[in-house]
Amino acid sequence: MTLNILKERKDQVVERISGNEEIGCTRESLAGAVSQRACVFCGARVVLYPIADALHLIHGPIGCAAYTWDIRGALSSGPELHRLSFSTDLRERDIIFGGEKKLEAALDELIDTHSPKAAFVYSTCIVGIIGDDLNAVCKKMTDKKGIPVIPVQSEGFKGSKREGYYAACKAMFSLVGTKDKKDVSPVSVNILGDFNLAGEIWIIRDYLKKMGVETVANITGDGRIDDVRSCHKAALNLVQCSGATLDLAKMMKDKFKTPFERVSYLGIEDMAESLYMIADYFSDIDPEIVEKTANLVKSELEEIMPELKEIKEDLKGKKAAIYVGGAFKAFSLVKAFRRIGMKVVLVGSQTGTKEDYKELAEITDPGTVIVDDSNPSELSEFIVKKGVNIFVGGVKERPIAYKLGIAFCDHNHERKIALEGFAGMLNFAREVHTSVTSPVWKFHPARLKNISEKEPEVRCG
Amino acid sequence: MAENHVSTTNACKMCTPLGSALAFRGIKGAMPFIHGSQGCATYMRRYIISHFREPVDIASSSLGEKHAVFGGAPNLKKGILNVNEKYKPELIGIASTCLTETIGDDLKLITTEFLREFSDLDLPHIVTVSTPSYQGTHLNGWKLTIKSLTEKFAGNPDSFHAAQTINIFPNLISPADIRHLKGIFREYNLKAMILPDISDTLDSPSWEEYTNIPPGGTSTEEIALSSKAKGSIELGFFNKGESAGEYLEKEFNVKNFPINTPMGLRGTDALLSSLEKISGIKTPDLLVNQRGRLIDSLVDGHKYLNGKKAIIFGDEDFVAGMVSFLAETGVKPVIAATGGKADLKNRLDEICADLCNPPLVLEDSDFDTIEKAASKLEPDLMIGNSKGYKIAKKLGIPLIRAGFPIHDRFGSQRVLHIGYSGALCLLDSIVNTILQTMQESTMVGYGYM
Repeated sequence: MTLNILKERKDQVVERISGNEEIGCTRESLAGAVSQRACVFCGARVVLYPIADALHLIHGPIGCAAYTWDIRGALSSGPELHRLSFSTDLRERDIIFGGEKKLEAALDELIDTHSPKAAFVYSTCIVGIIGDDLNAVCKKMTDKKGIPVIPVQSEGFKGSKREGYYAACKAMFSLVGTKDKKDVSPVSVNILGDFNLAGEIWIIRDYLKKMGVETVANITGDGRIDDVRSCHKAALNLVQCSGATLDLAKMMKDKFKTPFERVSYLGIEDMAESLYMIADYFSDIDPEIVEKTANLVKSELEEIMPELKEIKEDLKGKKAAIYVGGAFKAFSLVKAFRRIGMKVVLVGSQTGTKEDYKELAEITDPGTVIVDDSNPSELSEFIVKKGVNIFVGGVKERPIAYKLGIAFCDHNHERKIALEGFAGMLNFAREVHTSVTSPVWKFHPARLKNISEKEPEVRCG
Repeated sequence: MAENHVSTTNACKMCTPLGSALAFRGIKGAMPFIHGSQGCATYMRRYIISHFREPVDIASSSLGEKHAVFGGAPNLKKGILNVNEKYKPELIGIASTCLTETIGDDLKLITTEFLREFSDLDLPHIVTVSTPSYQGTHLNGWKLTIKSLTEKFAGNPDSFHAAQTINIFPNLISPADIRHLKGIFREYNLKAMILPDISDTLDSPSWEEYTNIPPGGTSTEEIALSSKAKGSIELGFFNKGESAGEYLEKEFNVKNFPINTPMGLRGTDALLSSLEKISGIKTPDLLVNQRGRLIDSLVDGHKYLNGKKAIIFGDEDFVAGMVSFLAETGVKPVIAATGGKADLKNRLDEICADLCNPPLVLEDSDFDTIEKAASKLEPDLMIGNSKGYKIAKKLGIPLIRAGFPIHDRFGSQRVLHIGYSGALCLLDSIVNTILQTMQESTMVGYGYM
């Protein structure tokens, strides 16, 4: 298959043949390629965003704050300070004379107004350029206000989303260990890298509770400053997501000797595997945990399997394309599609690493196109050439699918439907089914054009 | 910045380059390009896509750390070449950002150099706009872009035919609004040069084949002839040296008619009377009938609306247009708020005239300030973009969604605001919202309202 790719991006797209393919990745986005990626600031903002009782102040002109206001479906069971958008809204004179005074005054008034447990101050592109000393202002305000005021070094151009993750982890790590917590169970975990979209973290916490595992802190979803401060008391860190919080887990391992394990809560296989791994980990302390976990998995599966089977009947043989932010999500989605009888023919991510793509090549079928840091013109071309029936992605990918007359599954951060856990797998299957079986595709000119193409019949309705 | 506040909480504006990218999207074969870090273009795309539900590709020079130190020119040039190869655009519209303005990148200089360097290639037109986000809002970015395009192409190459067209410079109205404008021109049998024209590019029909740049938009040839037009009509009063119409009047003697966003009866009257003045053609019957139907409906609905208190917010052009219309219905505009800076107060005094008391005007404002002001006034409804929802929910009053952006409803690209027809749509929507509130506030379950 010939694909039309810019010369400098050629090695960032491969067609899987042997499963040993190497792919170019973890590099700066190519100018003019229309990457789907955002920036360092985005990475930091995404990770810290769900800490609901903190003030998140964005130091810069208005855009960065405007476009991230209440952008994610990270739910809170209590305070909702994270859903407001605070900006120093820098103007021309601030650029000329510096923004430190304004930042200080902004922190002063906002901390007084909202009484947050801590404040994160995000630097944007121009903060470093105009020479504002964020650290000094934050230190001064920490002393003055009596709460941690933490600088987040997230100038947009200083790397990609990954560097933003690191900046966020560094900011969170500065809090870890600053507060004690008594009576923490030896069978306890922190949940890292889950953002509680559509309340997903509550599903996971419920599973853990049923297994007898205490959750000390769900750091990046329904998060609280005090939990972060005392989360070093947990026995194990569970790390989900592609590296968003891996750095924090590593820092905690170095300093507090907290071990970590990688998990995924998406799809039946990965969800069950993650729970069994946790059970195994604690089985010396609690010999019953493995059985409890097996019972939990069994009863959850009994709930969803009948309907899942019906859905599979309608979807089997269909082809899927995946383009997501982190590759870790892609692994789980490949397996989840298999579970409903579908085949993934295109998979890519914004921020995957060499190891990530190696794993993707291992788990996908021959002929699958694997792509790093793709863009609309590539994605639209590949989707057509691979004869895709459903595309999974975020807000920016959705209109590409629709214009091509292809079904779409929203797996973005504004989602309202929980896709994690066993119930989430069923929701995912329903999402896919709802879009694929819609009658609207029968009228779409792009589909009518390809009507001769053989497609398994789909039951509508 | 909110009144008496240093910081901004829940901004009632977007940044300058976003407006520029939107305007460039309305040019035929154009590719908007943001010179800055990758995040700017991506955030804007996401924001714009959520409103229009269309593919919105915006290129970026994807600046990294070394470019911030040594200048962004090499990446900008590389980006233009890549866009040229992949998108084959007729025009690349480049807007700057806070980063590139602060490091001192000169877009005009870099692109001139680029065109010289690659003069052997088949290159598209390049138009640049200086849009640092620390200056102005998205509305300024939109207008500056229209002006840049006009400066670049008007009268070039010099044409000897007098174009029998009328220039229209819309402000940030919807694709449906632009289509409606075209309909009005058809009724008059007049040719319009609408700059920019987002009616197809941001609300396109489904395609048989995927197109990297959506069809439609204003062509550079049309813009070139704008210097020969019979006149220009510019929507929105607030042009601080950003007016394409003023430029054409000064340089080419094309008379400019700046009018309020043509919402409601008087707003549309002003549009049509400008058209009459320029063309000498009397208002066609169809429009006269639409006007009559609007007045008839204003009467039908007056009792539901008279005395109701509304908060209007959005960009200053939208607010001025909406206040003008509401004043005609009897709805009392109690707050008119914008994140922009303009001479809104004086304009609204004129607009409200003898119809109602002028509202409290909040300029350079944010939603936090609007909320505080609103809580004392017991408003009945809010009218503006979807970002007002938090306040509406808190106050327990309905929000009628209009303007940009609308991120929590369907059909945002098809909201009709302008003309008599737009006024009728808005009127229906406002009256029905009030009726629904009344109906649901009683246990009776009234079958007639």
